[in-house]
Amino acid sequence: MIGTRDELLQSRAAAESKLNSYDCRILVCSGTGCIATGSRKIYEIFRELTQNAPQTTLEFAPHEGETKQVGVKNTGCQGVCELGPLVRIQKGNSVIQYIKVQPDDCSEIFEKSVIGDEIVERLLYHVDEKPCKGPEDIPFIAKQTRIVLKNCGKYDAQSLEEYLASGGFAALEKAMFELTPEQVIDEVDASGLRGRGGGGFPAGRKWKQVAGQKVTERYVVCNGDEGDPGAFMDGSVMEGDPYRMIEGMMIAAYAVKAQNGYIYVRAEYPNSVARLTKAIHILEENGLLGDNILGTDFCFHMHINRGAGAFVCGEGSALTASIEGKRGMPRTKPPRTVDKGLWERPTVLNNVETFANVPDIVMKGAKWFRTIGTEGSPGTKTFSLTGSIRNTGLIEVPMGTTLREIIYEIGGGLKDDAVFKAVQTGGPSGGCLTTEHLDEPLDFDSIKKFGSIVGSGGLVVMDENTCMVEVARFFMSFTQRESCGKCVPCREGTKRMLEILERIVAGKGVPEDMDELLELADTIQNTALCGLGKSAPKPVVSTLRHFRDEYEAHIIEKRCPAGVCSGLKQYIIDPEKCKGCSKCAKNCPAGAISGEIRSPYVIDQSKCLKCGACLDNCAFNAIDVK
Amino acid sequence: MLDETYYQKTDAIIARHSCEPRSLIPIIQDIQAEYRYLPPELLSYVAGKLGISESKAFSVASFYENFSFEAKGKYVIKICDGTACHVRKSAPIMERLYKELGLSKKKHTTDDQLFTLETVSCLGACGLAPAMMVNEQVHPKMTPDSAAELVEKLRKEESV
Repeated sequence: MIGTRDELLQSRAAAESKLNSYDCRILVCSGTGCIATGSRKIYEIFRELTQNAPQTTLEFAPHEGETKQVGVKNTGCQGVCELGPLVRIQKGNSVIQYIKVQPDDCSEIFEKSVIGDEIVERLLYHVDEKPCKGPEDIPFIAKQTRIVLKNCGKYDAQSLEEYLASGGFAALEKAMFELTPEQVIDEVDASGLRGRGGGGFPAGRKWKQVAGQKVTERYVVCNGDEGDPGAFMDGSVMEGDPYRMIEGMMIAAYAVKAQNGYIYVRAEYPNSVARLTKAIHILEENGLLGDNILGTDFCFHMHINRGAGAFVCGEGSALTASIEGKRGMPRTKPPRTVDKGLWERPTVLNNVETFANVPDIVMKGAKWFRTIGTEGSPGTKTFSLTGSIRNTGLIEVPMGTTLREIIYEIGGGLKDDAVFKAVQTGGPSGGCLTTEHLDEPLDFDSIKKFGSIVGSGGLVVMDENTCMVEVARFFMSFTQRESCGKCVPCREGTKRMLEILERIVAGKGVPEDMDELLELADTIQNTALCGLGKSAPKPVVSTLRHFRDEYEAHIIEKRCPAGVCSGLKQYIIDPEKCKGCSKCAKNCPAGAISGEIRSPYVIDQSKCLKCGACLDNCAFNAIDVK
Repeated sequence: MLDETYYQKTDAIIARHSCEPRSLIPIIQDIQAEYRYLPPELLSYVAGKLGISESKAFSVASFYENFSFEAKGKYVIKICDGTACHVRKSAPIMERLYKELGLSKKKHTTDDQLFTLETVSCLGACGLAPAMMVNEQVHPKMTPDSAAELVEKLRKEESV
């Protein structure tokens, strides 16, 4: 029970001394990625090894002779998701980062690195055949600036004790005992922290507006409905350092005098839901959530709502409607969420990463925060770096970092040395950045200028094998499917745009289609009710702007330059390889293949349905697709 | 007609939440977790208990993609078609599983009630694209062949 400020200080001191008394810590990544590659099993094996070895003890028992105290911990995302399962062996300040650890590797690691002081070199990350010992030696991690993610990979994500030892709840303590609510808001306002969910609205201004309301029943809501396909940063924060985000929400609640907090998490993140639920439960048990927190009159209760598979619920008014048990449909604004949000009460609604930034801002001050990032967009931004890139994973960099640094220095360049074509940012609400933007500093304002948005932070790298028209179709089919149907421009407009795009990728486009797409885009952008609809045409407008030649190739030349669109593929029989067996002609449902036995067959392109039946059945690999 | 146990179970689920309209979504989520689908009879029953009209309850349940009024298979396979997975070729995996399971865009569940095949917009495992989820477990870096193998393995386990 942590019922007073003194008890909090004592608990932290106890947690610190416990943390320092470990001889060794085995840190097993338990992010969604590493769990998928088998890290749970690795964790179990290390626990067993530690328990069974005579030289080590797992539970926190007094030292007996030479027995080493070894902690086996599940941590948040260690970053290099593609190289999982990831394991760190930490002794004091020395950390070894192992990658791709398989069950068979565990006893070797245990013998050499836990009991002994050797390194298993074959399990290290290598750059140009040079081994990297610690995480900081890996360029992917060394070139990042971690604030939001600073605990991920270092501490047990579920342990309140470890969070306290890392300095957790010091910011809440400072806010509650040394600052007035107004001072907290002023600090956040002065820091220039902007909403990390995509819009970039200043968080401090939002808080101020809620604090200034006459109604005293208020809410703090965290948007963890990270629905953008290709983005997983918020999920990583929720599952990797749940207490940090909760502390941020508590500071917000203290500042705006809110009594209840809600976290809305998408249902596709079962790990996040489970860890947040457990964290809240532990905090309630310890008295850090509930009535009279730390012996003051500050009371705050937290609740979790799971999403139910509706992308539009990432929009503020749809999200609050969903918490209220209604259909998640946006409403017209004003009134804004700060005036009438959840249950028509003033509500602070920020996303996961925004709240996770708050503890450090309160602790270290607005001035410190402003030393990172750019003037208009201070601080860092997390991105999920995926697609055709060598190092995929979770990154955090200062705002203003250039795309080139992200892709080539952190990401290690394109996969298989492919040629860079574009980066898609902001998911279905964003657009593309191309080679011409590689050296531009990325922040909220600059990306907007290039016709895209930071969005929640997905960066999907595309190479010459990606068809940009198909990508535009992909996003449009996503938004069309997710359109809630309330307003006509979005419901009907996205459907019409999708029809045109489907026509183009099927090889049936006409030149007028491009103008019609832009016209529809213009109408939807100007008249749709909510952000989902307003930004739905962005991927199309952006690809049309940067890759008009690809649209033209599809429409006029009936050719897909990337060779992706099956409707534009040509099946051709290689006369050198064809033995004239006639099997393809028999299998062709359209009767498009003809020829004479034992001499090469030919496909009549005007009859070909591009079904691929000939290709699947050819015993001589004689059919090429172009 | 559902037998009495369904209603008893539903009563127990409602008791875990507050019996008011705001609890509708969490309650029907729990019912769906229990039965792998949302029996329409139970939705009506819950509506009555919470004091909301059936049409209102139906409008909510039909709005969210996660709710299904049809029974799902024992293994719900969700193929991720998020941007990263899409760019790293998730579509051929879908095609292959349609073929392996004899399913289509219109038919999601196998006749033996073993498999349901769906797409999902993002599983958050983009670093390991293309990914798919079988019930709650995420499988990374799939190919059409490895997906087919996985289905085969599950089938074998069932026939034992």
